Amino acid sequence: MKEIPDGKPITKNVDWMVVLIYIVCLGIGWVNIYAAVYNPEANSSIFDLSNNAGKQLMWIGTSAVLIICILVIDYKFYETFSFIIYAIMLFLLVVVLFAGSNINGSRSWIKFGPFSLQPAQFAILGVSLAISKYLSDPAISLNRKLKDYYPIIGIILVPAILILLSKETGLMLVFAAFAVVLYREGMPGAIPAIGMSTAALLIITLLYERWYIVGVIVVLAALTIWIMPTMTRRRGGLWATILLAGVMIGIVFGVDFFMNNVLAKHQRGRVMVLLDPDSDPRGDGWNVIQSKIAIGSGGFTGKGFLEGTQTKFDFVPEQSTDFIFCTVGEEHGFIGSFVVVVLFVLLISRLVILAERQRSRFARVYGYCVAGVIFFHFLVNIGMTIGLMPVIGIPLPFFSYGGSSLWSFTILLFVFLKIDAQRPFTLSRG
Amino acid sequence: MLENRRFVIIGFFAVIGLIYLSRLFYLQVLDESYSIVSSSNSIKRVIEIPFRGQIYDRTGKLIVYNTPVYDLLVTPSKARVEDTLRFCSVLGIERRDFDSLMTAASVYSRNKPSIFLRQLSKEDFASIQDVMVDYSGFQFAKSSLRTYTAPTLANTLGYVSEITKGQLEKQEEPYYRQSDYIGQSGVEKIYENELRGKRGTKFIMQNVAGVYKGPWKGGELDTMAVAGANLYSGIDLEVQQYADSLMVNKVGSVVAIEPSTGQILTMVSAPTYDPNILASRFFSKNYTKLVRNPYKPLFNRPVMASYRPGSTFKLIQALVGLQEGVVTPGTGFSHANCPVGCHNHAATTSIALGVTHSCNPYFYHLFRRVIYNNKISNTFKASAAGLEDWHSRVSKFGIGQQLGIDLPSERKGNLPDKKYYDKIYGENAWKFSNIYSISIGEGEILITPLKMANVAAIIANRGYFYTPHVIHGVGDQKKLDPMYTTRHESGVSMQHFSPVIEGMIGAVEAGTAKNARIQDMVVAGKTGTSQNKKGDDHSIFIGFAPADNPKIAIAVFVENAGFGGSAAAPIAGLIMEKYLRRKITNLAMEKRMKETNLMSKVVLTDQQRSLLKSDTVKLLKPDTAKKKAPVIVNPLKK
Repeated sequence: MKEIPDGKPITKNVDWMVVLIYIVCLGIGWVNIYAAVYNPEANSSIFDLSNNAGKQLMWIGTSAVLIICILVIDYKFYETFSFIIYAIMLFLLVVVLFAGSNINGSRSWIKFGPFSLQPAQFAILGVSLAISKYLSDPAISLNRKLKDYYPIIGIILVPAILILLSKETGLMLVFAAFAVVLYREGMPGAIPAIGMSTAALLIITLLYERWYIVGVIVVLAALTIWIMPTMTRRRGGLWATILLAGVMIGIVFGVDFFMNNVLAKHQRGRVMVLLDPDSDPRGDGWNVIQSKIAIGSGGFTGKGFLEGTQTKFDFVPEQSTDFIFCTVGEEHGFIGSFVVVVLFVLLISRLVILAERQRSRFARVYGYCVAGVIFFHFLVNIGMTIGLMPVIGIPLPFFSYGGSSLWSFTILLFVFLKIDAQRPFTLSRG
Repeated sequence: MLENRRFVIIGFFAVIGLIYLSRLFYLQVLDESYSIVSSSNSIKRVIEIPFRGQIYDRTGKLIVYNTPVYDLLVTPSKARVEDTLRFCSVLGIERRDFDSLMTAASVYSRNKPSIFLRQLSKEDFASIQDVMVDYSGFQFAKSSLRTYTAPTLANTLGYVSEITKGQLEKQEEPYYRQSDYIGQSGVEKIYENELRGKRGTKFIMQNVAGVYKGPWKGGELDTMAVAGANLYSGIDLEVQQYADSLMVNKVGSVVAIEPSTGQILTMVSAPTYDPNILASRFFSKNYTKLVRNPYKPLFNRPVMASYRPGSTFKLIQALVGLQEGVVTPGTGFSHANCPVGCHNHAATTSIALGVTHSCNPYFYHLFRRVIYNNKISNTFKASAAGLEDWHSRVSKFGIGQQLGIDLPSERKGNLPDKKYYDKIYGENAWKFSNIYSISIGEGEILITPLKMANVAAIIANRGYFYTPHVIHGVGDQKKLDPMYTTRHESGVSMQHFSPVIEGMIGAVEAGTAKNARIQDMVVAGKTGTSQNKKGDDHSIFIGFAPADNPKIAIAVFVENAGFGGSAAAPIAGLIMEKYLRRKITNLAMEKRMKETNLMSKVVLTDQQRSLLKSDTVKLLKPDTAKKKAPVIVNPLKK
């Protein structure tokens, strides 16, 4: 291993494409936060610290300081201290349970004067580092040994339970993003496939009559068994098919139980609204309908900067945080939405490409963690504003107003960029 | 192997990105419905209703104006009334009223404001507005109330009320919305389009709570409300009120016209009511009472009531006879050979004397000559031809048709023609002897007071008239429909009027119309006694003054008052003197007329009589009529 030669600043090796996308996202996000909270009567300045746009500018400024710190700190620090950082995160999650302020019914915020921080946002960083560190051991194999999964499950489950206890279900769901990482590292493709099929089956069950679905499953199973002998000689296939059909039928019947006994009332409402937003236009459907109206009314070119009426006048809730995409959609139309979606796809794909070129497994896994986490936020956040996902309160990375989320995504991203910048000088270990 | 999974992963990201982009493309570009919802959601079209035009009398006095009032609106879904009792006591309503008003509002819409209490006066509004702050879901809306400076002209002016369901559905352009006001009768109805002005439309932005957030697009699409046009009427308010006072406790009509212009000077429909009572929040209660009143105060008698003209019709007969050439001013007829009776009077050796003495046989003979003024030997066919000829001449006086006054529901009356009698008797089955009663204005002839006043105006003008009209100027430019400036000819030559007017002067000086005399002034007039099957005769008078330079032509009808000279003639005389001199010389007659009560003579059915006994005649007065303490008391200020 070599250190960076003298006279070659770190900036030379940082991936400027990612940095550029990051800056563009922050810029667009900041302007749209201003538009979202803009009040034509008050006419406040975009730099006014009393509104969200002004505050966001301050968070952006502090993020720059954070970036400098991250780039200055030795890259080995992150790998070496992975588990310690993870432990600190866990500690903070416990602390917040007792000392946290109650904001909107969830005890997940620690208050510092007028500002508050959400440790749960930072937990992702700890979990990412811990998983990367664990998987950096070349002896770990995800496609052969089941017992190698246990530590990963543990790493994810402990913070997940703590976050759940602080009633931030949305943030807990973000841990599903690590499925991308595990898949890349050897988890059998069947597992995510089964997961997605189960979710699909769940939705189908909610939409159609139970007995029709059971009928279709039985017919499909029978067809499979009938066709199978000509395709394969494996005897186990018969039982596997019957077992699979039985599990599916079990899921179909379990959905009622799941909907009524497992999900809380507001969560059930959000799922039902996803299927039929008009079922409760003033209640659970309100957010989805208003958000779709706001985005839909933008048209091709949008209503123009500060001309949005739906987002500005509080028809859309949480305009500057979780529903910031509505402002983009309303004021800048399809063109604006297109730019944002493309920026995200570019960013995530670039991160995957960067991850793949890492020489160390730690760096690669961490890169995939960053890509997976950002992708999951993008998937759920934009999905909910256009009615394709249930309403889950997680921010749109780099766009949504909020210091905690901006800081946590900045740290997450730039730790990877720092590691990536050192790539020419790292030896491959796996 | 595992490295290849990156393509699956990047592919998955790209697919999700594509799905989202196509969904966005659908929502934002393909599906138009969202932009429509959006504008109804945050951008609201607010209609500004301008003040209705005011109405002035001929001297510039205000008759109708607007008083600003406040409507209290409630949005049921937002309404929070914790202490209903205090709320009710502030508004001066009962608990029951509160419940029923809330229910009615909720039935209309839970999320849209609907009217809770209407037309609170400025004083009431001032006293409760600070208390109402405590109750969410309630808001005030400015509105206005028609207010009348004098309790007169109710039927002529008409009233304004909430648009009915039928009217809402019938309107050709969707102008009115539910609970809008519209002129329902009289001038208010005829001039609705002028009076209502031009509505303003404002586009405003509002937030999710419906709170005003400024004009949309800086107000560039807004249109200003334009106040309704003022109307200038020919009514002389002073004379009108004097005429009202004379018609108290009588059923009937007074119509006075300025002959040179056709402007209505005075129009009384008795019994009348204070128009303010229909412009108050007690509208429906009062309206019901007016409808149930057996004397039908809502019936606009001057244009809607049809009477037999009686002897007043002899004036037209004389003019037609002279024009036809069947008589000359010097023609005389005796009482002999005549089925109609007469009273004792000097010999009628001229047409003027025939008019003066209102000699029935004179006009029987005259009409006979008019009907048989042709060469047809068959008396049936000759009668038919003669009647047609007569009909066309009389029609020119406006009889048997709508004159076209600017008031709704004007009745045609009836001027019988050939077809009419053919229907009764069969074709060629009737002749003069069947129809002679119309020679003296009885029989099948029916006429409204307005038309009779117009006949007086024609005679005063010696041959022509302008269509009578209440309003002679619309708006600041005082525009007038050309139909009211078009001179209509009666078809009778000017010289034929002199002997008739001479007879009318004689009637006032020494004949049947003596009671219409005005000291030191020459008045021309003719009485009529209109027979009716149900009760005493109706008393009728038409005339004009001064006879040499007529300034006022008048028709007075008093139901069941008997002989024409008894009630109609003196009332007409007094009104004409009031108009011409602004003071009354014959105070004894004025007193007598004011005190005459003929209501008991009006024939009513038993059912109507029972209504009369029950308490239907008492009407609720509006708050604005008298300046008293507000009905609604603010308990905080006590």
